[in-house]
Amino acid sequence: MAQGHDLAIQARGMIKTFGTTRAVAGIDLDVPRGMIFAILGPNGAGKTTLLRMLATLLRPDGGEARVMGRDLRADPDGVREVISMTGQFASLDEDLTGRENLRLLARLWGFRGLAARDRADSLLAAFDLSDAGDKQVKDYSGGMRRRLDIAASLVVTPGVLFLDEPTTGLDPTARAGVWSLIKGLAQGGVTILLTTQYLEEADQLAGRIAVIDHGRKIAEGTSRELKRQAGSGMLRVTPALGSELDRAAAVLGRALGAAVHRSAEGADLSVPVADAVEANWALSALVEEGIEIGDFRMGQPSLEEVFFALTGRPGAQAGEAQA
Amino acid sequence: MTDMTLGPIARPARGGPLAVERPPRPSALSNALVFGWRAVLKFRHVPEQLFDLVMTPIMFTLLFTFVFGGALAGSPGEYLQFFLPGILVQTVIFNSVYSGVGLCTDLQKGLFDRFRSLPIWSLAPFAGLMVGDLLRHGIAGGIILAIGLLLGYRPEAGLPGVLGAFLLLFAVGFGVGWVFLVIGLLVRTPMTVMTFGFTFIFPLVFASNIMVDPGTMPGWLEAFVRANPVSHVTTALRGLLSGTATAGQVGLALIAPAVLTLLLAPVVLALYRKK
Repeated sequence: MAQGHDLAIQARGMIKTFGTTRAVAGIDLDVPRGMIFAILGPNGAGKTTLLRMLATLLRPDGGEARVMGRDLRADPDGVREVISMTGQFASLDEDLTGRENLRLLARLWGFRGLAARDRADSLLAAFDLSDAGDKQVKDYSGGMRRRLDIAASLVVTPGVLFLDEPTTGLDPTARAGVWSLIKGLAQGGVTILLTTQYLEEADQLAGRIAVIDHGRKIAEGTSRELKRQAGSGMLRVTPALGSELDRAAAVLGRALGAAVHRSAEGADLSVPVADAVEANWALSALVEEGIEIGDFRMGQPSLEEVFFALTGRPGAQAGEAQA
Repeated sequence: MTDMTLGPIARPARGGPLAVERPPRPSALSNALVFGWRAVLKFRHVPEQLFDLVMTPIMFTLLFTFVFGGALAGSPGEYLQFFLPGILVQTVIFNSVYSGVGLCTDLQKGLFDRFRSLPIWSLAPFAGLMVGDLLRHGIAGGIILAIGLLLGYRPEAGLPGVLGAFLLLFAVGFGVGWVFLVIGLLVRTPMTVMTFGFTFIFPLVFASNIMVDPGTMPGWLEAFVRANPVSHVTTALRGLLSGTATAGQVGLALIAPAVLTLLLAPVVLALYRKK
């Protein structure tokens, strides 16, 4: 494991309770410097609460954390000097123009007059927003808002950038744009901690992934390691007739004694198998039941299947991003 | 789509084109001034809000002066002389709802999350709200006074009286503003701040001496009106504008704003820090 000083974030036993609900119920997190680290989980898993605690916006009820070596409890202002937070909803002043939003933040960081104007201009140029710089933010598209929002988090280069569901609600093109932006930032040396409910997003971006459910971390590792946890291989079967999906799932489950996962699109079934012999056994069981197989293949599990294996529930889909 | 071509720009850290030397941390005063600047910018971008600020008071002024004025005071001109200071008080009290609405909007939009994750003076955003209030009260009060002057209102105390009157109005707006900041921190939507606000304000403003002398009211109501802080403010304002104000009147008028500030400012700060 990495040494303390190599870690951008080191959190132990983080707890947050709202009323009687334990939103975060004791989470440890080690995020190495310069890495994109994803917190993956369904809605209400506690991802945002964990992020808000680490970004000094919520006081933890238990646990301790250091961000870039600064203690979250003892020195929250010190933490604020080395982080930037981009919340789930674009946190911009809609009445002001993009340029004014950036100038406002630049002045709050200590840039004066002309320097603040220059800083805003170079951020606008860098994020391809120069032409829209004098438009009010309320007239921006979703993708433009997100870019301005991220630009606003880079007025000074942070040590750690927190991104709460950076692509929720974006169309596929805008999403791809934000992804390449995040990758570029990490290449520049910024540590990024992002939350997502999209398995595809975590798989695409993150060096490490922590899977969170009901306020607890249920798994952590690289995408490859997590996939290995779900079993050595997956057998994917597409019945020729969509109407036989339920029956085929029951037969596979009985034959292998394992949970059968139905894909997001609803056309395939996947089930973990130890080896080709087991796969063969499962396919024969289908044939014996008179279920015609349209297609089958063996492969590594997807993150979605991993999530299913870990939680017993299907993960959220990347939705339109799969298009 | 070329719209999303981000290319080499996305390398802001060390050595990248976006790298920048961190300026020294600014002072609390500098932070506060930035929020004041934001309030001015908002005013420039949303001139429509001026309409919301002065429409009701203008209608009230015209309606009461010309429709009821003759019956209430003998002539519209004489009534205007009585009513105009009152409508200034009403305008400022009604318009002090806006900083609560603005605070609630910022909280709802997540803007305060960004501000609070910055290493700035934690109360600086409130400075912006206060500047916004000053602008609103100054501009709305100025417009109402100008219309009054056009219609024939004459402040006998002249310019010093007008200046004194506006200082009192700012103090009242500042005090009442805390009520709406508390509501703005407690409720979820800006609309609710408005609704709550007016439920609280309407009875206080109407059961006062703003529109009529309470002498003709039933005893119990007259007692309420005479004790109503809004009446004290209106009496003091009439005095300041006509040059007859006593220190006692102004002192009485300032009690309510002072008490509201002392009681509610700590509540606002506690709620804000807890959020």
